[in-house]
Amino acid sequence: MKRLIILGAGTAGTMMANHLQHELDSNEWEIQIIDERVEHHYQPGYLFLPFDIYQPEDIIKSIAEFIPKGVQLLTAGIQQIDAPNNQVVLKSGEALHYDLLIIATGAKIAPEEVEGMKGAEWHKSVFDFYTFEGALALRNKLREWEGGRLLVHITEMPIKCPVAPLEFTFLADSFFKHKKMRDKVEITYVTPLSGAFTKPKATEALEHLLHEKGISIESDFAIAEVNNEEKKIIDYGGREIPFDLLVTVPTNKGDELMARSGLGDDLNYVPTNKATLQSLQYTNIFVLGDASNIPASKAGSVAHFEAEILTENILRFIKGEPLKEEFDGHANCFIETGNGKALLIDFNYTHEPVEGSFPFPGVGPLRLLKESRINHMGKLAFRWIYWNMLLKGTHIPFVSATMQEAGKKFD
Amino acid sequence: MEKMIAGTTVTVNEEGYLTNFAQWNKAVGEELAKEANLSLTPRHWEVLTYLQNEFKNDVALSIRRVGKSGVVDIKEFYALFPNAPLKTATKIAGIPKPASCI
Repeated sequence: MKRLIILGAGTAGTMMANHLQHELDSNEWEIQIIDERVEHHYQPGYLFLPFDIYQPEDIIKSIAEFIPKGVQLLTAGIQQIDAPNNQVVLKSGEALHYDLLIIATGAKIAPEEVEGMKGAEWHKSVFDFYTFEGALALRNKLREWEGGRLLVHITEMPIKCPVAPLEFTFLADSFFKHKKMRDKVEITYVTPLSGAFTKPKATEALEHLLHEKGISIESDFAIAEVNNEEKKIIDYGGREIPFDLLVTVPTNKGDELMARSGLGDDLNYVPTNKATLQSLQYTNIFVLGDASNIPASKAGSVAHFEAEILTENILRFIKGEPLKEEFDGHANCFIETGNGKALLIDFNYTHEPVEGSFPFPGVGPLRLLKESRINHMGKLAFRWIYWNMLLKGTHIPFVSATMQEAGKKFD
Repeated sequence: MEKMIAGTTVTVNEEGYLTNFAQWNKAVGEELAKEANLSLTPRHWEVLTYLQNEFKNDVALSIRRVGKSGVVDIKEFYALFPNAPLKTATKIAGIPKPASCI
């Protein structure tokens, strides 16, 4: 009997467990998935918690509910991956041998990377919304906040869901309008990038929206410290921006386990072949989702597209066939723009998001890079798709793992 | 598009970054620095050479990585190339603008 171990039962690991349970012969392969947590959080929902759009119960289910029969779920902390000896060592000291390992341990925030960020004002006037605790604390703050200077801030790239801070900004604008207090709030978007987004066409569209909503933007801001006493953020160039409420996306890092195991880069991401998803160090290790260092967005949609290709590559690897170099960095993201509307973007390693129609070229019904109500309906419907299709590894109709060029307006 | 710098014809993109590092030389670097209102000291050159070597080794550049390189800390990097140091320095070094982000 051979053993395949999946580390991490989040979005990526759970999808993989479902795919492989269908594909691997249970007489030959034993599949185990390990996670220390018992709850599965719908992470895109963290964006809606602060504005009371979703409640905690909308975004939390149990991990066990989504692990198929035939896959063994272990609730345990992992001490180390002993890759030279093909084994995973648990916190209890127990060592598990593997023939194949899939790393899907994700990424998390590391506010301690910036001086003063996790200081006296943390979760008082300085908040993150990338954790359940942070999003909930921010909700409680927003319920009673009377206005002032709101900064929405990105520390450094890469971050999970690079559009989330923009969405937060748009939703905040909409939230304060509904509360009839928009005139009491000054909103500034602070980014280390030179514009609103990482790709030129989307940046143009998004900056236009920021401008329209009276939101100012401070770009090229590389934060050096949060000053808790004077409530301001300071960058390495000496630029200072005061705040009453700072909503920040701290540095994102891969799991500490990678540092302990000698498998990560300087941000604990695992160096990975961007087309095959195989580890660059060990042939029997594959990496899925946010845990890898591939230059794709860290997003559930990316993990979903990767999972379809990785499943095929695992089967090829087992048969000793060459791996398919197929992953193209495909990402597909709804961007909430407030007031019941949203944008949709679809892109990959080489093609930036542009205008067009999706998923049917020339037909839609979704419009790319244009605000619409139907895109917003798509975003809300996505929660159902996530729980009922995505995690179970069901192919989403009409949406291919690699990006389609048809229906997009490239220059 | 093509551009004449320090007596050399180089190809640049719409943001003014050289698209072919082979066309770069020190005189081109000096001229690009002037366009950014900088005059280069030996310390600037140490940093520029480090960035070019990282580029040749296919290392993705970020402010964090430069700060931890041991070549220059982030504060000095900002002092040498004010405002957006990585963008300014890579342009002068004749290497692509870092695609730090997706």
